[in-house]
Amino acid sequence: MKTGFNFAYLDEATKRMIRRKILKAVCIPGYQCPFGGREMPLAYGWGTGGMQVTASIIGKQDILKVIDQGADDTTNAVSIKNFFKRVCNIMTTDRTTEASLIQTRHRIPETTLNKDQIIVYQVPQPEPLRKLEPKEKETRKLHAYKEYALMHVKLYEEISQFGSVIKTWAYPVETNNRYITDPTPIPKFDNPKMNNMEALQLFGAGREKRIYAIPPYTKVKSLDFDDHPFEIQTWDECCSICGSTKSYLDEIIINNEGKKNFICSDTDFCKSNLEKNK
Amino acid sequence: MYVAVKGGEKAIKSSLKLLEKKRKETGTKSIEINQIKEQLSFAVDRVINEGSLYDKDLSALAIKQSQGDLVEAIFLLRAYRTTLERYAYSTAIDTSKIIIKRRISASFKDIPGGQILGPTFDYSHRLLDFSLMKEDEINSYENINNQEPKNKEFPSVIDYLNNENLLEQEINNLNDNPFDVTRDPMKFPASRDQWMQILARGDEGFLLGLSYSAIRGFGSKGTHPFVGEIKYGIVDIFISPDELGFEICIGEIEISECQMIDQFAGNKNTPPQFTRGYGLTFGYNERKSMAISIVDRALKSEGYGEEIKFPIQDQEFVLYHADNVEAQGFVTHLKLPHYVDFQGELNLIRKLRNEILQGKKL
Ligand SMILES: [Zn+2]
Repeated sequence: MKTGFNFAYLDEATKRMIRRKILKAVCIPGYQCPFGGREMPLAYGWGTGGMQVTASIIGKQDILKVIDQGADDTTNAVSIKNFFKRVCNIMTTDRTTEASLIQTRHRIPETTLNKDQIIVYQVPQPEPLRKLEPKEKETRKLHAYKEYALMHVKLYEEISQFGSVIKTWAYPVETNNRYITDPTPIPKFDNPKMNNMEALQLFGAGREKRIYAIPPYTKVKSLDFDDHPFEIQTWDECCSICGSTKSYLDEIIINNEGKKNFICSDTDFCKSNLEKNK
Repeated sequence: MYVAVKGGEKAIKSSLKLLEKKRKETGTKSIEINQIKEQLSFAVDRVINEGSLYDKDLSALAIKQSQGDLVEAIFLLRAYRTTLERYAYSTAIDTSKIIIKRRISASFKDIPGGQILGPTFDYSHRLLDFSLMKEDEINSYENINNQEPKNKEFPSVIDYLNNENLLEQEINNLNDNPFDVTRDPMKFPASRDQWMQILARGDEGFLLGLSYSAIRGFGSKGTHPFVGEIKYGIVDIFISPDELGFEICIGEIEISECQMIDQFAGNKNTPPQFTRGYGLTFGYNERKSMAISIVDRALKSEGYGEEIKFPIQDQEFVLYHADNVEAQGFVTHLKLPHYVDFQGELNLIRKLRNEILQGKKL
């Protein structure tokens, strides 16, 4: 198939540059590595960082899965998947277990990932301290000195005001006992999956031009206090399609009276679960 | 089922067809690229700047494809240029050797080489010209008898002030490898080559607003910039390949340049002196070159030891937010589904409300 573009869109020199940055990022888990991000034919904020990481590491043998909000058929996930089909002519899948490479926005699949898989996160804002300190010059210093009091005070204030930490997504983690890391806007429900994950976790921020990584089997701890341990979301309801009580649920409004139902956010998990229960 | 975001593949296909339909619906004649280039030349020039690719044909194509959405056209051009190979860096252009089309100074009444008004909207009355509603022939125009400027060189007017040391020197501290914003991630504190590139590609509206804020009051106190010189014309581009060891001209481009003069109160080490702000754009973009020159001067504040008080002086504020391809992407990404995160917030607010209503907390 002729596309008029290089395999995976980016030229080989750019892909090599990005792979070098990925290697550096893997060597310093959780450290935000600046890289010479390129413009992609997708809008900034729509997954250009994840796309550049994917483009740099994807090979002809890879089987790609792309999800947004846990679902394979959301418009932006479909659009990114089609892009790679077009410029790589590779196989894609909806099945988490079949994929060798998974690009995601806002979720980690419910199915446990294995050592032969790589998960690439799209990152809107790589800097976990940005809302507390707007200046890049300052936040880089704070990371260098491991000076994280700002973050701890913020969490403490939430507890004193609301009785618990009110961050429900993009809940900050500490990677490998060193860097405070933004897990991307995944629900805190997914945070425990990052800990000791067998798969390599790569993070690409296109607009902010940063790459970071969590190597396989790395300790990832959600920030908390001894007397206020980290907790994940729970639901009283179960999935109205597959009946799961263990997955992250989306709330859907099903009629004009505002009656609501809950379904799995991870569409592949829901489908597999339904088949298993039949 | 939830149809808003499911079944994405089919929806995308239909959406693209509807977009195409919007352009063709009433079956008017297709606009030619040349018509856009000539009759919408200011739009074309804006797109080559912010798209940062000097190619007026592709710029016109992008404007046609984006149906006149210039920010979209800029994005199209950027996404194309990023795939292009980089052969060489040009040497610095010499704007004194210019085929001049317009040149004015607001600081000096008369200048060597003369003031040349050239084509400008400045003194047109902004009255709609209804005759354009039905214009048949475009190829007949009044050939005005404008004299070719005698001078072939137009040295920077404000350099005359240098004779008295009244004006800060423009020091050439370019090294062999200029910062390249299209290849390197942003760095702070930013160097001038870095910020000049970002300003040249920056959103015209954003820079115009910033420069307006500075001269209206959100800028250094008591200063009022003066236009030292504005030029619009054609300059040659040279490269100097290592293998050759000498410069060769590879073409010519249109540029707009603005030299702004601003005050500086002086400090312990330096007596009061005029300072410069500089703006350069591709094509005919005079308004933007003026805005850039004001922002450039403000970004130099830190170097002069001036107090940093206003948004326009703040490097991170200005440079991180000037790019409209980045800005439009991030603002519009809010359209993407966020229901996983929103579910988290819903979950939380119900919990917090329950706890309070049941009197468990507080
Ligand atoms: Zn389910």
